[in-house]
Amino acid sequence: MANDVKPRVRVPKSAKAGESIVLKTLISHPMETGLRKDSSGAVIPRAIINRFTCEVAGKMVLDMTLEPAISTNPYIEFEAVIEEAGDIKFTWYDDDGSVYEDVKPITIA
Amino acid sequence: MKLSRREALVLAIGSVAAAAIPMTAYAAVEEAIATFTGGAAVGDAGVTLTAPEIAENGNTVPVSVSAPGATSILIVAAGNPTPGVCQFNFGEAAGAQAASTRMRLATTQDVIAIAKMADGSFARASSEVKVTIGGCGG
Amino acid sequence: MQPRTIRNVLAASVALGLAVTGMASADPVDDELIIDGDLKIVTQAPAPEHLQDVMDTIWSGWHFREDDTRAMQMDDFDNPGMIFVDRGLDRWNASMGTEDKSCASCHEGPESMKGLRAVTPRVDEATGKVMSIEDYVNDCVTTRMGAEALGMTSAPMKDLLALISMQSRGEIVNVAIDGPAAPFWEQGKEMYYTRYGQLEMSCANCHEDNYGLNIRSDHLSQGQINGFPVYRLKDAGLVTARQRFVGCVRDTRAETFGSGSDEFKALELYVASRGNGLAVEGVSVRH
Repeated sequence: MANDVKPRVRVPKSAKAGESIVLKTLISHPMETGLRKDSSGAVIPRAIINRFTCEVAGKMVLDMTLEPAISTNPYIEFEAVIEEAGDIKFTWYDDDGSVYEDVKPITIA
Repeated sequence: MKLSRREALVLAIGSVAAAAIPMTAYAAVEEAIATFTGGAAVGDAGVTLTAPEIAENGNTVPVSVSAPGATSILIVAAGNPTPGVCQFNFGEAAGAQAASTRMRLATTQDVIAIAKMADGSFARASSEVKVTIGGCGG
Repeated sequence: MQPRTIRNVLAASVALGLAVTGMASADPVDDELIIDGDLKIVTQAPAPEHLQDVMDTIWSGWHFREDDTRAMQMDDFDNPGMIFVDRGLDRWNASMGTEDKSCASCHEGPESMKGLRAVTPRVDEATGKVMSIEDYVNDCVTTRMGAEALGMTSAPMKDLLALISMQSRGEIVNVAIDGPAAPFWEQGKEMYYTRYGQLEMSCANCHEDNYGLNIRSDHLSQGQINGFPVYRLKDAGLVTARQRFVGCVRDTRAETFGSGSDEFKALELYVASRGNGLAVEGVSVRH
């Protein structure tokens, strides 16, 4: 697991039923491309987050494939429709097999 | 990750070399797009790509895509060592077929978005981003 | 903004061997920094008295950046530097060293640090030493916590610096330049105007004589440090004022001073005082 990986998400506390809300996510990760060499000339192995998903109450909102061209500390912003109160689940998949998760509840206003 | 000035120059020189033999870079970009479209014809209406005209630094360039009615959107950077940037696949709970992220661009280049619509058709948009070279530190 | 003479511009371009381009886009961008719609940050102010013979107005580096970069600092979620503030809070609460104490053991919440960023570097009355936030952190780490000093530019140090700096966000920088600070301030000022390196450039050549102009395609700022630490898009990480000093002096093709050196402590005190009147930005975003 990459060091100091820390997810951040911004989710409104509540939404109206059927409302589309903006979700923002950021995770600290070096996103090493695999194209760079270290000072001794050896290639630094690729180490990126290659997939991100977001589900609302078990329904898929976004399933994203990330390539090495995504910047360090990947930022992703998108919208989800909220039909009922429940959990919003965010999942990041690392090249090394690590999985990072964050879950935020949302209520219906 | 941080690119040193030298590495950035190597990338930049690499892209100039690629421009001199356009088939190579062109082929990689076309291949990435063809993998996504399966070789289908691509229209030019229905997807919006928003990226800065001038990026102060190529390491963190904001990009947004939107394609109402799309199931997926692919982003490709035509001038990068490998063209793929990301692919957004929208699920049933998506509030809009739109998303934003931040990407790395090795040099001034075209960024391309291809949307796959629910009816199986494809749409394309592209935008040139000028990546500036910084001050004395690069 | 103070008019610059053609002679200055020409001298700089010859010295740099670089094109310092036209006056047309010379001005800082006219804009207001309001974070999350409600926190107004003072990013331009009348120059402090000690600078009034060289400039009328001081500007945060925020005004010299492109629209997208400026926008990133106007929303705390869009500002990637906030990740490091979060990490800083974890470190604040984590015990370390032989005393098994955390920052919180003595200082409780990080809000106890409110105000510190606005008045540092300052001279410690007891020891007579110049103290930046980094120096205070290491003083605690070594004398009270029984741990080894953190590297000046290590990740744990920068995370804590980000957290502590944020507690003073919006407060007006007011670094003391008289009394015990006076000799250090004079030393820093001397350095600011000293030409270093094979390129023979001083801080003032870029940040006083030519701010607002372009060095290649980079819009030169006044080199203010009220925004530090910054999330630098190029590095995709935090950069401290000391790191920036190392970078600038290196770019003049000089052997640079160390990030923890007495020289850079004095320079940091002086440069901070050039921003007396601007607000602490907490963690800013620059290119």
